[in-house]
Amino acid sequence: MNGPQDLGGAHGFGPLPLEENEPLFHDDWERRVLALTLAMGASGSWNIDASRHARERTPPAEYLSSSYYRIWFEGLVRLIEETGLASTDEIASGRMTEPPKRVKRVLKEADVAAVLAKGGPADRSTETKAQFAVGDRVRARVMNPKGHTRLPRYVRGHTGTIERIHGCHVFPDSAAHGLGDDPQWLYGVVFDAGEVWGEARGGDTLHIDLWEPYLERL
Amino acid sequence: MHSGDHDPESGGHDHGHHHHHGHNHDHSELDEMELRVRALESLLTEKGYIDPPALDALIETYEKQVGPRNGAAVVARAWNDPGFMKMLRDDATAAISSMNFVGRQGEHMVAVENTPGTHNMVVCTLCSCYPWPVLGLPPVWYKSPAYRSRAVIEPRSVLAEFGVTLPEGTAIKVWDSTAEVRYLVIPQRPAGTGGMSEEDLACLVTRDSMIGTGLALTPDEARAKGLLS
Repeated sequence: MNGPQDLGGAHGFGPLPLEENEPLFHDDWERRVLALTLAMGASGSWNIDASRHARERTPPAEYLSSSYYRIWFEGLVRLIEETGLASTDEIASGRMTEPPKRVKRVLKEADVAAVLAKGGPADRSTETKAQFAVGDRVRARVMNPKGHTRLPRYVRGHTGTIERIHGCHVFPDSAAHGLGDDPQWLYGVVFDAGEVWGEARGGDTLHIDLWEPYLERL
Repeated sequence: MHSGDHDPESGGHDHGHHHHHGHNHDHSELDEMELRVRALESLLTEKGYIDPPALDALIETYEKQVGPRNGAAVVARAWNDPGFMKMLRDDATAAISSMNFVGRQGEHMVAVENTPGTHNMVVCTLCSCYPWPVLGLPPVWYKSPAYRSRAVIEPRSVLAEFGVTLPEGTAIKVWDSTAEVRYLVIPQRPAGTGGMSEEDLACLVTRDSMIGTGLALTPDEARAKGLLS
């Protein structure tokens, strides 16, 4: 979606919010949001792509004026409501008024280390052959899907070169919408910064990981 | 405050230093968020979806165990051991997992090496993707609209805010982490570090140098910061 999350190349956000000796969390609720997000993620009720899509559906003005843990919180609430794990009223009151739904797993303390160590690899085996080889010239497609995508706007329509084949990975555009892993070949693509931004940039380059459906052969 | 069968503070973590909040500034984001998050945690506990001690263990992991010292150890070894550097170039996931830095948000790692003519810098323009097993949780600036918007279009002005000026003629490679591949920058080894141990070398490797918004410290800089004796 052409939402507030797609920030590459935007102007006007000012200087970086640098902080000397920045703490890991600025308040205790941020710690709890991190943990709640990871624990509910481990419940198997949604995948990481659905999580990202839930966050980017935060209304633009709100997204851009929220701290990142707040964006995580709003995304988590949205997922809980949409999957029916709890109602809006329950979330507001903090009290259960409807019986719980079944979740695939409840993350227990004893399993935390193993679950984090295992992570969630995104590579998948495939029968299909990669359509592009290292060195091939490609164009990032011009597309404006209303759903989740990981093709940033700033690179759409620009030409690049395949520099790496990462393997076949879960395709976020499908996985975020409950359409399964739909594995697609994933490439590291290099773009000349001068071509992308329309002015000379010395030898600067942009390196973006893009799935096969985002690319067309030149 | 909510009441419920499960007090989210019962997990044994320390809330003490935050209690001064909430009494002084009503209706701030802080108060609102504190209440909303507590209500949600309480509800999810009551529903049986989460186990509060597991939440504490998750927090403990990222507060105490995982952080940029992991990445610094990887970089120091790469500087010191050409065999490891080769492994890092060929298969960074395997090389890094050989040091037991594995897991969530580090499942697919790529190491990108700074050279005299090339500087690498990592961003996630679409969210906050960051290599957790080697760098821990990202700082606020990394997740900010300012960094995410500017890193790709004006990397030099971003570097200037970090006090970094690259030598004339250096090309910048900006890596936008749009997929599940995570990038670790291997900064250039500073001059005059020939005889240093891996442990001391790691003291020169800052978090920002592994994101590409900083450079590795010289031994003198590290001593001045009290990072090296």
